[in-house]
Amino acid sequence: MATIPVLRSPATPIHCLGGLVLSVVESVGDFSLFSLGVLHQLVLGRPRRRVMLETMYTVGVGSIPMVVVTGVFIGMVLAVQGYASFHHLGMETRIGSVINASLVKELGPVLAATMLAGRVGSSMAAELGTMRVTEQIDAIRALGANPVRQLVVPRFLACFLLIPVLTIVADTVGIIGGWVFSTQALGVNSHFYWVHSRSFVTAFDVTTGLIKSVFFGGAIALVSCYHGFHCQAGAKGVGRAATVSFVASFVAILVLDFFLGLLLDTSYRMAYPAPTSLL
Amino acid sequence: MSTHDQHQATIASPRPDGQAVADPVVLHGVGRRFGDQQVLRDLTIQVRSGETLVVIGESGCGKSVTLKLMMSLMWPTAGEVHWAGRSVSDLNTAERDRHRLRFGYVFQNSALFDSFDVYENVAFGLRESSNRARPGGHGERDEPDELDEQGIRAVVLDRLEEVGLPVEVCTKNPSELSGGMRKRVALARALALEPSVMLYDEPTTGLDPMMTGVINRLIREVPERRPVTSVVVTHDLSTVRAVADRVVMLEPVSRLGEGEPQVIFSGSVAEALASSDPRVAAFLQGGSDSLEREAG
Repeated sequence: MATIPVLRSPATPIHCLGGLVLSVVESVGDFSLFSLGVLHQLVLGRPRRRVMLETMYTVGVGSIPMVVVTGVFIGMVLAVQGYASFHHLGMETRIGSVINASLVKELGPVLAATMLAGRVGSSMAAELGTMRVTEQIDAIRALGANPVRQLVVPRFLACFLLIPVLTIVADTVGIIGGWVFSTQALGVNSHFYWVHSRSFVTAFDVTTGLIKSVFFGGAIALVSCYHGFHCQAGAKGVGRAATVSFVASFVAILVLDFFLGLLLDTSYRMAYPAPTSLL
Repeated sequence: MSTHDQHQATIASPRPDGQAVADPVVLHGVGRRFGDQQVLRDLTIQVRSGETLVVIGESGCGKSVTLKLMMSLMWPTAGEVHWAGRSVSDLNTAERDRHRLRFGYVFQNSALFDSFDVYENVAFGLRESSNRARPGGHGERDEPDELDEQGIRAVVLDRLEEVGLPVEVCTKNPSELSGGMRKRVALARALALEPSVMLYDEPTTGLDPMMTGVINRLIREVPERRPVTSVVVTHDLSTVRAVADRVVMLEPVSRLGEGEPQVIFSGSVAEALASSDPRVAAFLQGGSDSLEREAG
């Protein structure tokens, strides 16, 4: 591509800082406009059923094996780590409360979201990035269609709607893994394991996890699709889009986890001073 | 003549009957910059109704960018693009999307949708157009008519036949097609919506001489079957000779002097071949001079 060299004065730290700030502001603005565009297209119409089903299959069914395997192992790891401390105190039957509360409030949603970001988010960024560099996104516009509605809306809906299901799967298999390992390998009494779990895990804990997961799913889809749509040219650009989308999604998951946890806990304490038991 | 009159004169060409007709596409003083890179500068091109305009120039002179600006797939950083006498910047999004349907675009690498077979690729624009026309669809009231599946199938098969592809290719994926077949599917897809302006970005790049001949013939035949204005971006001289009514040559911005226009030649093929401008001659004669200039 033809270039005209632009003369610049030497960059000082102030220039660098200014450039960084401008770049961050530009990225945040771009991402906000992109997200608003997705929400606007969501309101305008539904995606095609065939496209929607294919995307939901990839996002949901395709992620279940990974979520199951990691969920089981996280449950068992929590049992191993928690058992030593509780055993010293003679309270090993209370290990179930720690495992189950940790899983439904934090680890289940974060684990399912991380798996989704790694398996589905990176793939979305790479797929859309490839479409961008091969001009397929331009071709969609040239044929009178809106690329955001065609490509992003189905992916956003699939992530948004299916991540609570994946979270429930992760919670369930994690709880089963922790219970089986605690009772069969560590010799914890099964009856008291569940009795103590019941008094610690509340309906609010489960709901909190599911509410958080919905935000995680939306964030993963938006971040991944944004990076795919803004992919640089070539194989390197596509690879970078996939990597950056995972890193950015993971950071977004943790930041959202903190703020949502804070917000939901505060709201709950204000509304219901006494916790209600679910199990 | 006032500035306004001069401006109007650049977006309408006289017809033989003396009536002025709005040119389907006009780039008026257009510039385009990517970060620090100035690719186009003060570029003015009029595309006259019914002609086949071929844009030539060295790699990197901004030919493909020019084509994308014409269809508003990209925005200029300076100047204006006019469609049939109206500035694109004056159109709202819905009007722009609707006007864009008057264009067919054949992309450099065909840009077929990997996840669809050939049939779905060609049908894509028709389905989208149908959805917009459907009651409750997301389009405007004056969208093209809604087509049922049978209507879509008829158009798809007709376009594939027009570009010389058998019905059997319908179920093939783009990855199973040769380069020439992909180009023809891309042409069929672009023609499916009956555009009034066809834009071709390097339509023969990467093809063997025989397939280049086939694509050139198809480009020539398209305006014979329907009233279409064509703009072809190429650096293939056989394409220039085969299809051009008029040739425009662009010079890379980096080689231009202060105030020098980016269009260094505009005229017929015969005039281009006889041009005394060493830059045009060097390009059309295969360019050892051009290499020397680049090295210099």
